[in-house]
Amino acid sequence: MATLNQLVIGASIGAVLLLIALGLTFTFGQMGVINMAHGEFIMAGAYTAYLLQPLVGTQSVLVALPVAFAVAGVLGLILERLAIRHFYGRPLDTLLLTWGISLILQQVARDIFGAPNVQVRAPGWLTGGLDLGGVRLPYNRVFIMVLAVGCVVAIWLYLTRMRHGRRMRAVMQNRQLAAVSGVATERVDQLTFFIGSGLAGVAGVALTLIGPVGPTLGTNYIVDAFLVVVAGGLGQLRGAVIAAFALGILNSFVEFWVDNGASFAKVVVFAVIIAFLQLRPQGMFVVRTRALS
Amino acid sequence: MLTVQGLDVAYGRAQVLFGVDLVAPGGSLVCVMGRNGVGKTTLLKAIMGVLPVRAGRVSFAGEDITGLKTHERVRRGLGYVPPGHETFPQLTVAENLQVAAEAAGQVSQGAVDEALDLFPALPALLKRRAGFLSGGQQQQLAIARALVSRPKMLLLDEPTEGIQPSIILEIEEAVQRLHSELGLAILLVEQYLDLALRLADRFVILDAGEVVRAGDRSDLRDPSVHSLLSV
Ligand SMILES: Nc1ncnc2c1ncn2[C@@H]1O[C@H](COP(=O)(O)OP(=O)(O)OP(=O)(O)O)[C@@H](O)[C@H]1O
Ligand SMILES: [Mg+2]
Repeated sequence: MATLNQLVIGASIGAVLLLIALGLTFTFGQMGVINMAHGEFIMAGAYTAYLLQPLVGTQSVLVALPVAFAVAGVLGLILERLAIRHFYGRPLDTLLLTWGISLILQQVARDIFGAPNVQVRAPGWLTGGLDLGGVRLPYNRVFIMVLAVGCVVAIWLYLTRMRHGRRMRAVMQNRQLAAVSGVATERVDQLTFFIGSGLAGVAGVALTLIGPVGPTLGTNYIVDAFLVVVAGGLGQLRGAVIAAFALGILNSFVEFWVDNGASFAKVVVFAVIIAFLQLRPQGMFVVRTRALS
Repeated sequence: MLTVQGLDVAYGRAQVLFGVDLVAPGGSLVCVMGRNGVGKTTLLKAIMGVLPVRAGRVSFAGEDITGLKTHERVRRGLGYVPPGHETFPQLTVAENLQVAAEAAGQVSQGAVDEALDLFPALPALLKRRAGFLSGGQQQQLAIARALVSRPKMLLLDEPTEGIQPSIILEIEEAVQRLHSELGLAILLVEQYLDLALRLADRFVILDAGEVVRAGDRSDLRDPSVHSLLSV
């Protein structure tokens, strides 16, 4: 039973990782931008929920989800416009630049909200849980999983069924051909960044349901999320889903089995991923075409 | 319709085009010729705004388009088929065409149908991913893709290069038809003299980034032309 309970916890962490990695699949997996400040968009989303709480009251989570999406999305857009776009095709510079920006954003959060963690109170219907013959399904964790699955479905529909999503895929697959086909690629980049960053904001709101909010909230997840994208196969939705849940569950089990296992869990997770990437350097799924095969 | 004046283009420090002039009147088919590496592809890319120009100007339909972004040039009526049968490999054939049609604001099915009309092989492949088509099929898709925006002028970069012979003929016929039946202006990069002799109204020959000869079809028979094209 304890095992099953741990599975639920692991899956919900996996769901959060998935939300974060979804955003990264857009900006890192498809545009090739290593945005270290992605973690701070998570934090921005979480603080958005915190700020909305006194204004909206107990149901603030539901309001916070779309608002945090917009706030983090706009932050991402600003970052892309002001900084990142000048460094396209220079991954190392981008990495350093966004890392610096990430530290600045953390400091800004510290100045505004103070260094100590703050708490967002979950609405009544998200406290407690369902008992299924000894297995406990906490409502907040179930909600996060539903949220993540909902986001994956929405993104998938967007990419495959909608005009802007189709255009986005075209730019990712062949930027120059998209441009000569009449696509305004810069606009597509902006939209990509908006959506990718917005998803981090949603992840931030989800995190307020299972823990406190602090200036370094994002840093705890960002590395794992990058690993999810790499292990899943760059730009692959399917791979990201599997890798996120696998990582979340693996992490929670190691933490559970080993005393004081948080850092040990990290070591195990890293080892597993390194071993996996030795076997499949291209990640779980790869884009296959006639030209490549 | 298209006028290029004194075009200089460079990759970083290496200059590739030197003062290239070119005129392509409406409805004409102009062949850009020359040996490998003389700058034909570079010229087309510069006309499309894919590469920045260092000096000179490009005007199209009476408008100076030198400073415009690529997609704005497409909006003005330039269609471009890059070398090497490029497609969006993970999109289906239908989606490949749709992207271009939507980007041009040409959401009507009409433009897509017209483009498909030209290549009878494509309609059966609409649901296939473009990356899994043969090279020849991909090239047909690439041309159709450039046509769905209903361009006033089509730029084709070696459309038959590396394509299986059976399809080369279909592509040549399609180009012929676009030009003579539909009156589309075409700028065609082509290395083979016999094909140019069949299709071109006018030609320019580049050598080491400069225009060394220009004239109309009859001038192509001049023996000196041959030496400019052979290796
Ligand atoms: N991306 C690039 N960076 C640097 N130099 C380049 C680049 N692309 C082309 N060149 C150089 O520019 C010159 C012209 O190249 P271009 O591709 O325009 O020639 P081309 O006439 O189209 O040749 P081909 O007949 O082989 O297609 C060549 O010397 C080539 O080496
Ligand atoms: Mg070429």
